[in-house]
Amino acid sequence: MKSRKLSIPYILWMLIFTMIPVVMIGMTAFRDKAGNFSLTPFVKAFEYKNVFLKSLWIALLSTAICLILAYPVAYLLTKMKKSTQNTVQLIIMIPMWMNFLLRIYAWKILLQKNGPLDMALSILGIHGTYIGNTGAVVVGMVYEYLPFMVLPIFTVMSKIDTNLIEAAQDLGSNGLAVFKKVIFPLSIPGVISGITMVFVPSASTFLVAEHLGGMNDLMIGDVIDRIFLTDQNTGSAISLILMVFILIFLVLMNLFGDEEAIA
Amino acid sequence: MKKILSILLSLILIASAAACMPGCGATKAGKNGEVNVYNWGEYMALGQEDDIENVIEMFEKETGIKVNYTTYDTNEELYSKLTQSNDSYDVIIPSEYMISKLIDEGLLKEIDFDNVPNYQYIDDRFKSLPCDPEGKYTVCYSWGVTAMVYNKTMVKSEPTDWDALWDPALKGNILMFNNSRDAMAIAMQQCGIDPSNCTTADVDKATEKLKEQKPLLKKYVMDQVFNEMEGGQAAIASYYAGDIATMIEENEDLDYCLPASGSNLFYDAMCIPTCSKNTGNAEKFINFMQKPEIAAENCKYLRYGTPNTGAPEYLDDDIKNSELTFPPEEYLKKCYVFQNVSNDVYSYMQEQFLRVQAE
Repeated sequence: MKSRKLSIPYILWMLIFTMIPVVMIGMTAFRDKAGNFSLTPFVKAFEYKNVFLKSLWIALLSTAICLILAYPVAYLLTKMKKSTQNTVQLIIMIPMWMNFLLRIYAWKILLQKNGPLDMALSILGIHGTYIGNTGAVVVGMVYEYLPFMVLPIFTVMSKIDTNLIEAAQDLGSNGLAVFKKVIFPLSIPGVISGITMVFVPSASTFLVAEHLGGMNDLMIGDVIDRIFLTDQNTGSAISLILMVFILIFLVLMNLFGDEEAIA
Repeated sequence: MKKILSILLSLILIASAAACMPGCGATKAGKNGEVNVYNWGEYMALGQEDDIENVIEMFEKETGIKVNYTTYDTNEELYSKLTQSNDSYDVIIPSEYMISKLIDEGLLKEIDFDNVPNYQYIDDRFKSLPCDPEGKYTVCYSWGVTAMVYNKTMVKSEPTDWDALWDPALKGNILMFNNSRDAMAIAMQQCGIDPSNCTTADVDKATEKLKEQKPLLKKYVMDQVFNEMEGGQAAIASYYAGDIATMIEENEDLDYCLPASGSNLFYDAMCIPTCSKNTGNAEKFINFMQKPEIAAENCKYLRYGTPNTGAPEYLDDDIKNSELTFPPEEYLKKCYVFQNVSNDVYSYMQEQFLRVQAE
């Protein structure tokens, strides 16, 4: 009873700022400009299917790279002394204190023609374009969201009971077997919440592609941003479809692991 | 438990009230009230550089009226704020086609010109703009044309007309407006259509032209054009002439071209929307901005033409004589002014432009 009362402020918050807007988006998506029931917004939204697929692909790729980079870091973090752990955690967090757009601008300068990367590689005789392509967008996303992958995995891993690891070793497991049979399975909830925290925002992000991408890197977030000015119905329909995709993704994730990790 | 909760709640109440007080104090109106100004981003001299004054501070000092200054990026953003939010604005600075739309929809107040004596400085040809033929709602703020900027070291031949933006030799180095109306207008000129007023069929033709151009483009840009051109990242771009003057100052490899077939002549004018609650202060603000020295300061920063006939005497010769700031009369004859197109055509144009990009 006690706990329920304490959750009232949040429930109210959620009702006003989450549920009502979602219902309104839903209602707008199924109407035409005159306000009558219509499926045209969805027909129009379907025209942007390429952009959808591309955005989901970029988000998946970024999430996968984040996972590959973050998992070993998180694992090594748990092996460190408490004081080193704090320092490394701080270093991982510092970029997040800086304004998001500023970080994207920094990448733009790094990757541009005659920028530091181009200059350095030119000395080695390698010439190329490093900005204005999907790769640059993925790099920007990974940079943006990497901390969101490291931290949940680290939190879950550091809670693994060392007795379990010792027990496994006592029973004759070598290092690899301990990792495979004990550490990895127990870290899955962290991996899942990390994936969720990276995939969801990167699928719906905007501006990153506008700055780092090229002609064919328009993302669905940018389309929603643009289309909302003149056509809120289609904009709502696209948002709704995106929400459904993310929901499906979360449900799939749910099948793999612990339910609590997702909430 | 209940007691603790109620104590907590009252604490929160007190804390939030206390937190609000200095906050409320800070945003309190000046001694003579306030004025809410909603302008384009980077569209007023606000002390951005050492030699640029902050005209809003000067206004506040002179009148004791507090200015709440916010900005928008597109006319459409302004329109949706005016029609869909409850925010109240006192002075807005839309472009000509948006002004016609706002007048048609009854969203602008008539200005009492007795309270705007500096209106006398406005050049007569800006007193009866096509969007406001009787000159009841507008005080022109600035004007200009669209043009091209190019990097002399990157183009093989000097561009003379818009077709340079379709030049296969510049593939991957061309920047185009990321704004449907301006991009479509250039494409329409290429198709021989008058862009000032268009139908959906015209939009379709322009869309095809833009699709043809897309593989040659580096990017669709707006503000990013400054970085791209000043940093030598692209060879040629379409943009607003006044801004091109700014870019050329930053990079001497750049030069400009007023397209032979003409371009878009635009006006932005100060208006008072019907949601205004401080009309008197709005008129004072508009009047202040038309003081010749203030108009000159804005012109110096913006490098867009000023309609104020008193301003040039405060301007340096290189600005006064710049074709980008004050395009020559013969060139203006070739230019066209956007008229308000119907909502349907307008949103169709917006959609088609997005389709070109999403393809």
